[in-house]
Amino acid sequence: MLDKRHIGHALPGFEVAVESGRLRFFAKATGQRDPIYSDAAAAKAAGHRGLPVPPTFLFCLEMEGPNPAALRELLGIDIGGILHGEQQFTYHGMAYAGDVLRFEPRIADIYDKRNGALEFVVRDTRVSNQKGEAVAELRCVTVVRNPEGS
Amino acid sequence: MIDLSTLKVGDPLPAFTTEPISRHTLALYCGASGDHNPIHVDSDFAKQSGMPDVFAHGMLSMAYLARLLTHWAPQQALRSYGVRFVAITHLAERITCSGKVVDILEEGGETRARIELATTNQDGQTKLAGNAVVALSAANRQSA
Repeated sequence: MLDKRHIGHALPGFEVAVESGRLRFFAKATGQRDPIYSDAAAAKAAGHRGLPVPPTFLFCLEMEGPNPAALRELLGIDIGGILHGEQQFTYHGMAYAGDVLRFEPRIADIYDKRNGALEFVVRDTRVSNQKGEAVAELRCVTVVRNPEGS
Repeated sequence: MIDLSTLKVGDPLPAFTTEPISRHTLALYCGASGDHNPIHVDSDFAKQSGMPDVFAHGMLSMAYLARLLTHWAPQQALRSYGVRFVAITHLAERITCSGKVVDILEEGGETRARIELATTNQDGQTKLAGNAVVALSAANRQSA
């Protein structure tokens, strides 16, 4: 069983620069053909100050931190045994290529179902930009499969 | 984009269906997303982990559903977006992204629409179930 005393634990915060090349690659990989997500001129013509960070890419940027395995290592979770259960975003402002975003994750909850056969880790992350403006809050629920129960 | 004058509860968002999910799709998403979990791209690893084969990142389907939203309304109008990953999306499945307006409400000093969202495979099985809130007024409030 995962140790519930980690509930409330703040993981180290970090900053990530938003790169336009990654945004173009992400648009290609997700079939996004709207030019505002790959062409800076089209984005500016649409009133944006650069290539926008698309709605789910903040989740990807969070994995660009210095140790994307920090939470798994803290809790002793095997990467082969996890599934993504839920993902939520609350948006406060747009982010763009060239921004430097700060991520502040914490473990909001740990709980189990089916007598421990499934465990759940809830991670909440606040994202702000280089001006200190709120960009978004992310909530990620990871499911840990324990085939033998515990 | 949204036609405010005629929008009502029950209105659908324009649905679309993806090409079948291939290993190439997953390799591209692995690189572009930065999610390098081998379970999505390495069949040997997936089988060692008790799965029949590699399977799609849930976040790939969530990105597909985000396309449905940003095609319908400008991203600056998106206030929240969440999904539950109900079932695993497998190789060769064709994913249909759909949504509809389920509520129109006043909140945060603006008129907002609540959207119910889903991805389904070619057999109609639900894979992701979610919802989003989109501002219908003050859509440019957040633009830079």
